[in-house]
Amino acid sequence: MRWIWIDRFVEFDRGRRAVALKCVSLAEEHLHDHVPGFPVHPPTLMIEGMAQTAGVLVGDVFDFKEKVILAKVTRATFHRHVRPGDRLRFEAEVQGEVRHEGAAITGTITSNGDLVAEIELMFAHLDRSREPVEPGEGNFVFNEDFIRLLRMRQLRGLAANGPAPSA
Amino acid sequence: MALSRDEITEKVREALVDALGVDEDEVTLEARIGGDLGAESIDYLDIVFRLEKAFNIKIPRGDLFPDNILSSDEFVQDGKLTEKGLAELKARLPYADLSQFEQNPNVQDIADLFTVEMIVGYVESKLGGEEG
Repeated sequence: MRWIWIDRFVEFDRGRRAVALKCVSLAEEHLHDHVPGFPVHPPTLMIEGMAQTAGVLVGDVFDFKEKVILAKVTRATFHRHVRPGDRLRFEAEVQGEVRHEGAAITGTITSNGDLVAEIELMFAHLDRSREPVEPGEGNFVFNEDFIRLLRMRQLRGLAANGPAPSA
Repeated sequence: MALSRDEITEKVREALVDALGVDEDEVTLEARIGGDLGAESIDYLDIVFRLEKAFNIKIPRGDLFPDNILSSDEFVQDGKLTEKGLAELKARLPYADLSQFEQNPNVQDIADLFTVEMIVGYVESKLGGEEG
């Protein structure tokens, strides 16, 4: 299993807003293990899905050269269970603008128009003030696999300036 | 229309409650952001974002919470602020009360200067400055 908790981006407004979808399937192992006999998608993984949606939004601003780290879950409120067959819609919005130090994000998760969760996150750019950032080298957040994944998903232009994947 | 000090205080309080998850009555004017309200490093950035939004102002890096003074040998020696460092801190934080700190300017006590009242003073000077 791979640590990917969104399936597809459907909207991407650089530096401002991103929307991603996640289809929850009974084929996923964690649904069987989280609450045995009552398969639900765990709220923690919804926070992760929002962090991935928002993390790409924030990382894109500096062409994925920064190490974008989830620094704080400011708030997370959950309103309903998410069951197999549900399709989650993650909407992440940058508060103000992405700064050199980091960014604040407000997000909502809906399923079929119903509010599932409201999440606020803070991202920091790791080592921004202490070391020069070398493009394409040693970025364990947006690594080559990640950039390859972005291209695979045909997010046109989004990874255009990222490091080229190795052969 | 210019905001009164009470109105500024109320908005600052709201920003701190949201950023730090503290109760409203904990956010007194004397409360220290770190020592009393438990703010950690990333929280300072969160506070800056919220203040910018609440008051529609721009807060450049290091303006409200000057962190770069501490990294200079000119300003810090043997864990204490030098006279030059103290002068710099005063210039950067004209709205902070440094009278106690001055007597024994330990670097580790700088965080105690960041109180709710200091933030209110900062916002006030910022709003006043922009109008004038």
